[in-house]
Amino acid sequence: MIEKKVVVGLPHGLHARPAASFVKLATNFKSDIKLVKNGKEANGKSIMGVMASAIAKGDEITLVANGMDEADAIAALEKVLQEEE
Amino acid sequence: MSREIAGVKASAGIVIGAALLLHNSELEVQTVSVEDAEAEIRRFQEALEKAKVDLQEISERVEREMGSEHADIFRAHLMVLEDPELVDTVTGTIRQERVNAESALNNAAQGFISIFEQMDDEYMRERAADIRDVTRRVLSYLLGVEMGMSGQAKEEVILVAKDLTPSDTAQLDRRYVKGFVTDIGGRTSHSAIMARSMGIPAVVGTREITTAVQPGSKLIVDGHAGVVIVDPSEDEIAAYQAKQADYDLQKAEWAKLVDQKTISQDGHHVELAANIGSPQDLEEVISHGAEGVGLFRTEFLYMGREDFPTEEEQFQAYKQVLEKMGEKPVVIRTLDIGGDKHLPYLNLPEEMNPFLGFRAIRLCLDQQELFRTQLRALLRASVYGNLKIMFPMIATLEEFRQAKALLEEEKQALQKSGVDLSKPFEVGIMIEIPAAAMMADVFADEVDFFSIGTNDLIQYTLAADRMNERVSYLYQPYHPAVLRLIRQVIEAGHAKGKWVGMCGEMAGDPIAIPILLGMGLDEFSMSASSILPARQQIGGISREMATKEIPQILGMSTSRQVEDFVTNRFAHINS
Repeated sequence: MIEKKVVVGLPHGLHARPAASFVKLATNFKSDIKLVKNGKEANGKSIMGVMASAIAKGDEITLVANGMDEADAIAALEKVLQEEE
Repeated sequence: MSREIAGVKASAGIVIGAALLLHNSELEVQTVSVEDAEAEIRRFQEALEKAKVDLQEISERVEREMGSEHADIFRAHLMVLEDPELVDTVTGTIRQERVNAESALNNAAQGFISIFEQMDDEYMRERAADIRDVTRRVLSYLLGVEMGMSGQAKEEVILVAKDLTPSDTAQLDRRYVKGFVTDIGGRTSHSAIMARSMGIPAVVGTREITTAVQPGSKLIVDGHAGVVIVDPSEDEIAAYQAKQADYDLQKAEWAKLVDQKTISQDGHHVELAANIGSPQDLEEVISHGAEGVGLFRTEFLYMGREDFPTEEEQFQAYKQVLEKMGEKPVVIRTLDIGGDKHLPYLNLPEEMNPFLGFRAIRLCLDQQELFRTQLRALLRASVYGNLKIMFPMIATLEEFRQAKALLEEEKQALQKSGVDLSKPFEVGIMIEIPAAAMMADVFADEVDFFSIGTNDLIQYTLAADRMNERVSYLYQPYHPAVLRLIRQVIEAGHAKGKWVGMCGEMAGDPIAIPILLGMGLDEFSMSASSILPARQQIGGISREMATKEIPQILGMSTSRQVEDFVTNRFAHINS
């Protein structure tokens, strides 16, 4: 299992389109993906879970991946969260 | 007896036909215990698969017929159906509680719906409706209830419903559905936007249409007036048929002009732009063939909320408009608020004379943080299109210089922090105060453009509040005093090589158009629906001939005289 703290750079946070691209990308990995914000977990492969966690720009969250491709998953998903435009 | 029901005009046009009532009442879900949980899970998965196939088809069809943007919503619905949280919750509930799939799905969906409904952000609250819509689709398969209404419509109908969801509108069979009327919704509701892009008449927000109409009732839908006539008389039908025929002919003429430039009969090009209040208006702007946005009122960003919009929110809105318009010009007016337009969180005292009071640029120069935030958002958005920044209510040159200096300060600060501001943009003023119109030659040395805001210019010139019924007769757009000021501004701008536009109601007024064209106005900005008629009108006028009439018009004594002269001289404007 890998955990990584990430500061969200997406201007609108994980809103609508970015949330959809995050989930689509997460679904491509075999590992379980979680987003943890203020101790609350969201399933990274669930569009409703990700959107409902209301992650905004500047939030510090923990990205958790657990599975055989966890390292790749973290690297790829971290990039999505840090995109500024 | 016929009955007239008023609503919100959502999409123009007239249609006469029979009502088809769409009952999208809540599907009734009962909780039943099941013996074989695995079989129930399979039933759920089958319904899920069918719904996915539906959505896949709908999104492909919508993309083909209406463009990728309209299909986004169905792709989002597909993701909801593929959401492991939803699917696992439902299968888990069926397995553990041995309940039927309908009830397990309904409960799981309700859980998500209530989370989204409680969120602060309006966009997120709307997502609750998406979850409800997509859940209904799966439920209807589980319950064996026909969901789409397209199967029902085998002849031309007018669809009558409480509300239309995105699924409903996308499934409309456009061969048969000739219009629609709903109980709820406003001009910007999903159903209204869809109707406009489908080009069928619609009236929404009637409150009572579903109770006033029987299946098969005859209806007239007048999307221009926002009126529905239930059980019309023969005379009413004949009158509306005539109107409909006229409108159809006219529309066919206008449709030919959508992708054309606006050229006068003698070959001079002017720009016809649209006034908008929010990025949502762009769809109409584009479908009506605007050559730009001549006035983007930014007030909407500040209204209907409890605190100032952030720089980021503003940046996103400006960027969206600039990107959608591509290389076409977009004039964004900085905040015009105060006086009669209140913001609860701004806490301004009531004024005796709000139109002569603390508003627009006066307020922005006083509350500089508010203004600087907007300027930064505009600057950052400038690289995404063809931006022109416009300051409203400028009375004196000092105000313009001060506003421009603030813009310059923010620009340098942003550049220092590495923000890309490489794209040049123009900075101009709105001319709506007679003092500025009189001094236009002086302003012309320092601004990049003028846009004449006639709504205020007229009321300041004749000192008449147009909202006050007792003096509103003095609100005279064709009064020679107003026309002389306008001519002066246009000439002062042109003398220094600056372009001059107009962004008041007058720019789209068929009586004013020949005069403005003759005076050499470069840009006419109006409501989107006026653009094609104006383009047609200008195509029939020789600018040189109109120019020759200007001295005579400016020498007239009354507004009435001007109006009569223009009507006679350019007779076709009343066609």
